[in-house]
Amino acid sequence: MAPTLSALFGRSPIRPIQEHMAIATHCVELLGEFLEASFIKDWAAALAVQQEIRSQENIADDLKSDVRTNLPKSLFLPVSRTDLLELLHTQDKLANRAKDIAGLMLGRRMEIPESLVQEVRDYYNESLLASKQALKVINELDELLEAGFRGREVDLVEGLISELDELEHQTDVSQVKLRAKLYELEDSLPPVHVMFLYKIIDQIGDLADISESVGARLLLLIAR
Amino acid sequence: MSDIISQYGTIFLIMACLFGFFMAWGVGANDVANAMGTSVGAGAITIRQAIFIAMIFEFAGAYLAGGEVTSTIRSGIIDIEKAGFTDSPELLVYGMLSSLLAAGTWLLIASHYGWPVSTTHSIIGAIVGFAVVGISVDAVVWSKVWAIVASWVVSPMCSGIIAFFIFRSVQKLVLDTDDPFANAKKYVPFYIFLVGFMISMVTLVKGLRYVGLDFSFGQSLLMAIGAGILAMILGIFLLRGIKEVSAENDNFNFGSVEKVFGVLMIFTACSMAFAHGSNDVANAIGPLAAVNGVVQSGGVFAEESGLPFWILILGGGGIVAGLAMWGYKVIATIGRNITELTPSRGFAAELAAATTVVVASGTGIPVSTTHTLVGAVLGVGLARGIGALNLNVVGRIFLSWVVTLPVGAAISIVFFFIFKSIFS
Repeated sequence: MAPTLSALFGRSPIRPIQEHMAIATHCVELLGEFLEASFIKDWAAALAVQQEIRSQENIADDLKSDVRTNLPKSLFLPVSRTDLLELLHTQDKLANRAKDIAGLMLGRRMEIPESLVQEVRDYYNESLLASKQALKVINELDELLEAGFRGREVDLVEGLISELDELEHQTDVSQVKLRAKLYELEDSLPPVHVMFLYKIIDQIGDLADISESVGARLLLLIAR
Repeated sequence: MSDIISQYGTIFLIMACLFGFFMAWGVGANDVANAMGTSVGAGAITIRQAIFIAMIFEFAGAYLAGGEVTSTIRSGIIDIEKAGFTDSPELLVYGMLSSLLAAGTWLLIASHYGWPVSTTHSIIGAIVGFAVVGISVDAVVWSKVWAIVASWVVSPMCSGIIAFFIFRSVQKLVLDTDDPFANAKKYVPFYIFLVGFMISMVTLVKGLRYVGLDFSFGQSLLMAIGAGILAMILGIFLLRGIKEVSAENDNFNFGSVEKVFGVLMIFTACSMAFAHGSNDVANAIGPLAAVNGVVQSGGVFAEESGLPFWILILGGGGIVAGLAMWGYKVIATIGRNITELTPSRGFAAELAAATTVVVASGTGIPVSTTHTLVGAVLGVGLARGIGALNLNVVGRIFLSWVVTLPVGAAISIVFFFIFKSIFS
């Protein structure tokens, strides 16, 4: 027996989306441990962390497909279905990117030049801050639902998102500085290694970029 | 021909009582759960409390405000003169017996498969069915039937619109403010007043005539305001105990606010049970009342005879029995599944549905409580209040309308001819 009234309620995608974002952010956090291990060339530890990131990313993937399959077109949602799926897709990129960085660095046993370690660490931490800010934004989704995606709660979220934009801008500034410093060192390092160092710097910056677009996606979700 | 009545009168009456009780039992077992499940799901009341509230208010609704709908079902759908019941009243008895049995059977089948059919639709389909095929097309008061069918579309829409605006007002006054908790405490008593006022107003103006009480509009208004204030005072008393707990849930800031709305939901649960009783009990006791009228008068059908008290007791008792024996399981199932309906949303849906149903009861129109509630929930969803709603259910409801009327009619026709061949 399926009573009419309880059949009326579909599974709300909001809680799973929040869980997904928490896992994606956790992947970025784990990347910090990975970087620390790579700084001291402890590749065994790095491998362990990379495995952990991979398994977390898998969990995120499963959650993502779970949300997707439970979001049929016949479901009536308070927000646009496409926007919601785009948001989820963007969140998923965050976990993917963290996995890519760890995979690439582990595969090439990439060592960050001694003189750059502190800068890279700071730069990564800025990206991590942006990710955590994005998580904070996503965690407001249930409050947004409660308030009907209007008014005060929207103002609050918009405030959080502009802070997020600020954080992302900060990583851009750091990225420019880091690149300039790498440019100075370029001649003393093997060319292929330099190429990939640029790539890693780029991708760590991506973490902040993606976090920012998570915020932007959410803004799109609540914009009327 | 009325010697059939005098010969088998007692048997007819016993059969009508059995079938009517069976029908009322079914209403109590399945239907009440939809009305009460919302409050249970929101965590406002426990299942035990829900059953307790349902028992009292279903009965009160049936007794105080159910007269009009009962009268529609027993004598509003069929034109007694044109149907020729004055000459052969036993046909009406067969018809009403088969309608009860048909609707009960169909409900049993439908709830086995989980189809969202409504008791109201089944009984109307059954009555129209036996009248058209067993007697003649002219026997049916089509204008009344069309009005009822139209109300099945209008009532969910109405409650949807009301629910939309109630929930929007909650968002404006409480949720979307600097201090939702303080505002909840400020405005919830007013909503409680609204619940008390609305229910008593409709009942006083429309329903009490059948209990033998008749008040003027002014008297009714004053008494309804009094009832509203009484409910409000009780509500304020209950609200005193609720304190804001800021650290209760960091992830979700509206926890304490919802607790305030939880108090409100106790009142809307009562109103929902009352509304359901006022409208759906008639499905079971309307035909029974018709049979009783014919048998008691020895074959003369009286258009406007009073509703005997024992019939109401039988209907109310059947509902309570169904609820106690089976309904609590369904309430538990629904309560577990409806976690999306937080008290602030649930009360808006319940108040809107209860208002619509009580007004329909006052006007004597049998509507489906469940479908009205579904409309109300959609209304809250439209106000961007619910995470996800399964619109397939709406399609299934439409389908169930299309199916229930002919099937209810067909089963009723079969029973009608069986009864006819047995007794005549």
